[in-house]
Amino acid sequence: MDLTTIIQILDSSLRLATPLLLACLAGLFSERAGIFDIGLEGKMLAAAFFSAGAAFATGNAWIGLLAGIGASMVLAAIHGVASITFRGNQLISGVAINFLAAGITVVIGEAWFGLGGRTPALAGDARFGNIDLPFARALSDVPVLGPIYADLISGHSILVYLALATVPVTWWVLFRTRFGLRLRAVGENPAAVDTAGVSVVGLRYAAVMICGLLCGIAGAHLATALGAGFVKDMSAGRGFIALAALIFAKWRPWYALGACLLFGLLEALGNRYQNIDIGGFDVPTQFMQALPYILTVVILAGFVGRAIPPRAGGEPYVKER
Amino acid sequence: MTDGLPKWVDIAVIPLINVLLALILSALVVWMIGEDPVRAMTILVNGAVGSAYGWGYTLFYATNFVFTGLGVAVAFHARLFNIGGEGQAALGGLGVALAMLYVPWPHWSLALVGATVAAALFGAAWAAIPAYLQAKRGSHIVITTIMFNFIAAALMVYLLSRVLLVPGAGGSPETARFAEATHLPNAFALFPWMGWSRSTPLNVSFFLALLACVGVWVLIWRTRLGYEIRAFGHSEPAAIYAGISPVRITMIAMLISGGLCGLMATNAVLGEAERLVIDPVQGAGFVGIAVALMGRSHPFGVFLAALLFGALYQGGGELQFEMPSVSRELILVIQALVILFTGALDNMVRMPLEKVFVSARRRPAPPEPTSPKGADNDPIAKVEP
Repeated sequence: MDLTTIIQILDSSLRLATPLLLACLAGLFSERAGIFDIGLEGKMLAAAFFSAGAAFATGNAWIGLLAGIGASMVLAAIHGVASITFRGNQLISGVAINFLAAGITVVIGEAWFGLGGRTPALAGDARFGNIDLPFARALSDVPVLGPIYADLISGHSILVYLALATVPVTWWVLFRTRFGLRLRAVGENPAAVDTAGVSVVGLRYAAVMICGLLCGIAGAHLATALGAGFVKDMSAGRGFIALAALIFAKWRPWYALGACLLFGLLEALGNRYQNIDIGGFDVPTQFMQALPYILTVVILAGFVGRAIPPRAGGEPYVKER
Repeated sequence: MTDGLPKWVDIAVIPLINVLLALILSALVVWMIGEDPVRAMTILVNGAVGSAYGWGYTLFYATNFVFTGLGVAVAFHARLFNIGGEGQAALGGLGVALAMLYVPWPHWSLALVGATVAAALFGAAWAAIPAYLQAKRGSHIVITTIMFNFIAAALMVYLLSRVLLVPGAGGSPETARFAEATHLPNAFALFPWMGWSRSTPLNVSFFLALLACVGVWVLIWRTRLGYEIRAFGHSEPAAIYAGISPVRITMIAMLISGGLCGLMATNAVLGEAERLVIDPVQGAGFVGIAVALMGRSHPFGVFLAALLFGALYQGGGELQFEMPSVSRELILVIQALVILFTGALDNMVRMPLEKVFVSARRRPAPPEPTSPKGADNDPIAKVEP
């Protein structure tokens, strides 16, 4: 395996890791505030559809992005109403949102475009183009570092860089601001936050809506940057891989980056090679696809580095009387 | 706390209101995409129950959903949320396929017994690891069962495309057809005078589903084990105090749940496809969640809810045929809304109704509930991580 191949694989890992990373950080906000969210998948899917639809109609990827974020935040609001206001079961609400998105995208897509649930292919400004970082071409002749800078670091869509920038921002918001402290507290001990005179409901809604925002960007990336248009079920379990990455990262932003890059790499390898030969042993591509899930189960089992979720996760908060 | 509500409201009125809300919203969706909701509903109902052909498919789908719904319901009674029905049913299909392909069954009745055992064992085995991790290591069963769905999907693709693939099967990977002797008689063969079409998928495993309903009812409400499962579901500390082992109950409830989900394969794999194809489950594992929630985890309720969803699935297919602009996925929307209203937004309907009933009774209002929802009869109000 030469340098070009390695760079190509890493390059595609980064692209594939981007939606995972955004969805994973989305889940991080929500779950840190004590709201379990297995509806990441559905929010991404809805965002992918509406971003592609709006981008096709207007020819502008940015309007598409806004539409995707809007759709995702509507679903996030439903999740918030169900799990915060009506204190329903957060897991069931998430399941419902996944089905709602899977159904409604195809129903509306078929009615609007009549292409069996697809949107027409996007081209030109309707997609997020790749950005060449400064001096990328000039430096590409430099041995080793040149191609790494020109092909791996440069030449991605703006959403990839946005996703990478979200990691330190998330860390800063959660661990260096008053809002972040309160948000984490609400996921560990909402009663204490309530006693301090801070609104538990308000904080949780804020977290859920941030989650919707980030899932919206993730979905828009799928349909208008990674792909060129929406196809039925295009999120293809990525919301669940993001959930797996979140657990793998033990609900921490920097580890989330690592986990998502790892899972992105697995996907890139699986796409590139049908079989991987390790020491004469033939590893089928299906094993690579299942590996993120297997790793998550192993982590959850607690035999290797135990993952402990936020303490108040999944519990509706009821004021003491 | 259902102090304010009579039982019949809880088990009949609230689910009906929930389904009505879901249908009204779905009708709105149909209206918004420029079609006539009334006509769509008429086609849907006619397609599902308007002919013997429609009934055959409706009851066939309902059979699948009874199995997965019962599976989810048994886990609900122990306050465990089994999202893994999809994977467990797929593994059940694998069990059925292996049993049919490698054992020379002389007669379909014996084959059905063999398939039942294999499907239940494989389904239960696939639930065993998440169950063990929940019981012993406290790993959240919802997450592990989701992960096991994906692992099952990858495993099935691997096995079908590399190991069990029959040469020359055409495009999609599938196993060889099961032997002629194992083919289950369908409704046409059993009751020709009832006007079933010759190729109806409805088959003898429908009775197995009925049997499973009765079996689960006996188990949950008439046996010591069922009592222990319910006690554990209502209150874990109380159950422990009463000498009930949480590890044992978690394991047993999940094994039964996985086994029931696996049984779906007797209908879908042995009864209809007569070979194992990629994704024999077709989402039935997830429909089971909606069915169990709507049926209030009671076998009779599960049966009725399964009928409703069977009709929706069959009618939805017809709907797409008659109104091409309304896609089959409309069923997914209805399913999602049913899950949302019965499972997550239950309090939205329950709270106003409680107020109405309390004021109608003209007595001092009971103290406001401190627990968020009907904790007494909602076995999954709190799924502990």
